[in-house]
Amino acid sequence: MAFDQDSVRRTAHLARIALPPTEIPAVADQLERIMELVEELRAIGTTGVPTMAHPLDLDQPLRPDTVGNHDQREVLMASAPAADHGLFLVPKVIE
Amino acid sequence: MDWEVVIGLEVHAQLNTATKIFCGCPTTFGAEPNTHTCPVCLAMPGALPVLNAAAVDKAIALGLAIGAELNRRSIFARKNYFYPDLPKGYQISQYELPVVGRGSLTVQLADGVEKVVGVTRAHLEEDAGKSLHEAFIGQSGIDLNRAGTPLLEIVSEPDMRSSVEAVAYLKKLHALVRYLDICDGNMQEGSFRCDANVSLRRPGAAYGTRAEIKNLNSFRFLEKAIEYEIVRQRDILESGGQIVQETRLYDANRDETRSMRSKEEANDYRYFPDPDLLPLVLAESRIERVRDTLPELPDAKRARFMRQYALTAYDAGVLTAGRVLADCYEQVAAGVDGKLAANWVMGDLLGALNKAGIEIEDCPVPAEKLRLLVQRIEDQTISGKIAKEVFEEIFYRGGEVDAIIDSRGLRQITDGAAIAAMVDTIVTANPQQAADFRAGKDKLLGFFVGQVMKASQGKANPDQVNAILLERLQKG
Repeated sequence: MAFDQDSVRRTAHLARIALPPTEIPAVADQLERIMELVEELRAIGTTGVPTMAHPLDLDQPLRPDTVGNHDQREVLMASAPAADHGLFLVPKVIE
Repeated sequence: MDWEVVIGLEVHAQLNTATKIFCGCPTTFGAEPNTHTCPVCLAMPGALPVLNAAAVDKAIALGLAIGAELNRRSIFARKNYFYPDLPKGYQISQYELPVVGRGSLTVQLADGVEKVVGVTRAHLEEDAGKSLHEAFIGQSGIDLNRAGTPLLEIVSEPDMRSSVEAVAYLKKLHALVRYLDICDGNMQEGSFRCDANVSLRRPGAAYGTRAEIKNLNSFRFLEKAIEYEIVRQRDILESGGQIVQETRLYDANRDETRSMRSKEEANDYRYFPDPDLLPLVLAESRIERVRDTLPELPDAKRARFMRQYALTAYDAGVLTAGRVLADCYEQVAAGVDGKLAANWVMGDLLGALNKAGIEIEDCPVPAEKLRLLVQRIEDQTISGKIAKEVFEEIFYRGGEVDAIIDSRGLRQITDGAAIAAMVDTIVTANPQQAADFRAGKDKLLGFFVGQVMKASQGKANPDQVNAILLERLQKG
């Protein structure tokens, strides 16, 4: 599979990574090599092998439905770049 | 040639757990912004999710109620997109292996027709926060109290063929989640939200391209949005155009759907299994424990009401549409005639509630009082007409049934001699009408009944008045 420069640009955009244009050829090359590895893995027969969702062979533990957290807004908001009236502020988002 | 509309619905039901799906923050609505947050739902580095057992049990309950396959092993996945009300940059959802697999819901349409609508799947996921755009210049305010609230997304098959069928399905599902007590069903507050996939095709042809309509927070909006979409798509297709697959927003003020500025690459969510969560394994013991707690479901209750109270399918359907209403009816019907109780609950009670804009949950008349009122009609203490007067008093001002009957002197007159005396007075006072009646003007009986009832201030037993009047008039 060819990982061309457009695919790199698209992937970088999806991941919100600012990729300088000069680095695109190198990243394309690196991703191409990763894809080669994936191709190699795909060649291995896995029919009848259940999908592995997690490397640990354990089940999800469950938590009882009881409130354990109390208002810590002041502390949690302290590191926010901008906040007002208890709201986190971000650059205007318009749908 | 005609077009056939094909509709599938995606419903997001907020599960009414006490805490969020992956952390111990409360889920109560209306708190001060961001006071129900913690490092997990704010996506602080290093914080890890732990799944809420109650959310799992509520998903199982829905699965059992729609006869669905329950996947003994399901997997949480990350759905990646960027929006400020989604702090992690991904939503934890389920993708390839949802907790609830294929099931179905039978909906009742007009004329007693039933239709089975397939449910493709239902999966657990977390809700996002809320963005407030108005209050700040050049900035948006973010409230993450809702972020991490458990949702069950219930996806139907594209089985519905009209807006009426879509509304019937949504109402049925709405009633079901409330019966199961897994969701409060509050559509205004967004606890029960619906997106509709709508497309047109020639009957029998392959499915056409669909539009997904968002923001349908009432049954009426669902119906109107589908109707609008049918016309829009038909006009495009009939003028030789093509439908674009897109997300559209229903604008209730203008009664139209319009294209949402499609987010670039919006559908490339790059799902992958969430490494922070292990597979969810459902033990048989857990499933059985949930099964044991299931209440009687709407279809079973409806069938029982028809059998036990001799109600029509229609009446039983109305009375079982909600669990609170059904419980109210059963309390009223305890020990009195089922049909009479149904008439009072469906007619007078629902009518008064509707007029006052009150939901049955906030009904000012306890079922026990209504039962007593119906009983007083049955034991002939009061007539049905007087009962309406007593009901109004109780509904708007409160009070006790017997106390109102006594203090206002409403007790029905069933003493034959007393009624005969009144009849005699009226007939004697109206000789001309009496003569006309005897000469064949049968309709004048109504006049006499009215006069006697008036004289008794509505308290004379109407059946007795009729019988005694007829006898007296014919006697001459």
